[in-house]
Amino acid sequence: MSEVLQLNGLTKRYSNSPVFALDHVSLALRPGRIVGLLGPNGSGKTTMLKMIAGLLTATEGDIAVCGHPISPESKALVSYLPDRTYLRNGWKVRQQLDMFQEFYADFDRNRAESMLHALGVSLEAKMKTLSKGNREKVQLVLVMSRRAKLYLLDEPIGGVDPATRDYILSTIVGNFDPGATVIISTHLINDVENVLDDYIFLNQGRVVQYGSADEARAETGKTLDELFREVFRCLPNC
Amino acid sequence: MNWKLTGDGPVYLQIMATIRGAVLSGHFAQGQRLPPVRELAAEARVNPNTMQRALWELEREGLLISQGTIGRVVTEDNGILERIRQLELKKVAKECLDKFKTLGLSAQEAGSLLMRLGESEENT
Repeated sequence: MSEVLQLNGLTKRYSNSPVFALDHVSLALRPGRIVGLLGPNGSGKTTMLKMIAGLLTATEGDIAVCGHPISPESKALVSYLPDRTYLRNGWKVRQQLDMFQEFYADFDRNRAESMLHALGVSLEAKMKTLSKGNREKVQLVLVMSRRAKLYLLDEPIGGVDPATRDYILSTIVGNFDPGATVIISTHLINDVENVLDDYIFLNQGRVVQYGSADEARAETGKTLDELFREVFRCLPNC
Repeated sequence: MNWKLTGDGPVYLQIMATIRGAVLSGHFAQGQRLPPVRELAAEARVNPNTMQRALWELEREGLLISQGTIGRVVTEDNGILERIRQLELKKVAKECLDKFKTLGLSAQEAGSLLMRLGESEENT
């Protein structure tokens, strides 16, 4: 089976910036994996995900999603959860569902509605009346209700309480197709330690380490969390 | 079910140990059908593919029996359960002994400590 995601020398330099936000990153991700994109703030995680989602153009290098370059075809295969909310405050939950249904052929509305029902979120509730935790959950339910090939989740568990984190992680693993791949960016490594099959350590736009989480644990005798602290302690600027 | 996955060692091995424990402690009875993979994965918060692998390995061990598309049940073969129980007991004893040894206790001393502890618990 071919790669779900292939990056070749992917590079981003924002205009007027002397440094690379992403510096010649090459990666190949296989289907069926949950991949942690791990790095300190400013390491390029969000830039990388936005480029794969087609929201930023590359300065250099290529992206292929199931063989497709960034295009309407690639976007149809990618379900992206941004690191901040983009849902309209004045809208009802039902209207958000309508929007997703109209935009994405792979949106499974029944699944979304049953998850929202289980959460106790009414379809008639306005977004602005929901708690922060529930807004994050609604957003995640929408993103995970698509039958996508590649899920890009930017900080899905940042800023919510531990019980909500558990809910979010359960929702992610309970809803992705075994042939799809999920990328989760976070610096809360402890919370995702067992969810991850593979990990990418990103620092200053470069991939410092990439591999299987089980193998890294077996080889080093350390948890990913310990490994992260060790790797990033000895690097400059963090 | 108590999924205490610690981040020590491969996740599928930790899952296997948890399910073995759940069967031996009676949480899953003999002949009982296990919940679907997706449900177990969501509960344990692991990749469903990892859960699937752990369940396959437990089938190979003989603890679980596949019933095709309708899922898996716990074996009703007492011989297999007893063999797995013995292996688990041995593993627990070994871990226990290793810990005692790092604290400077011999196997014999550890044994008598355990016996005294057991007696005092019975008396309370």
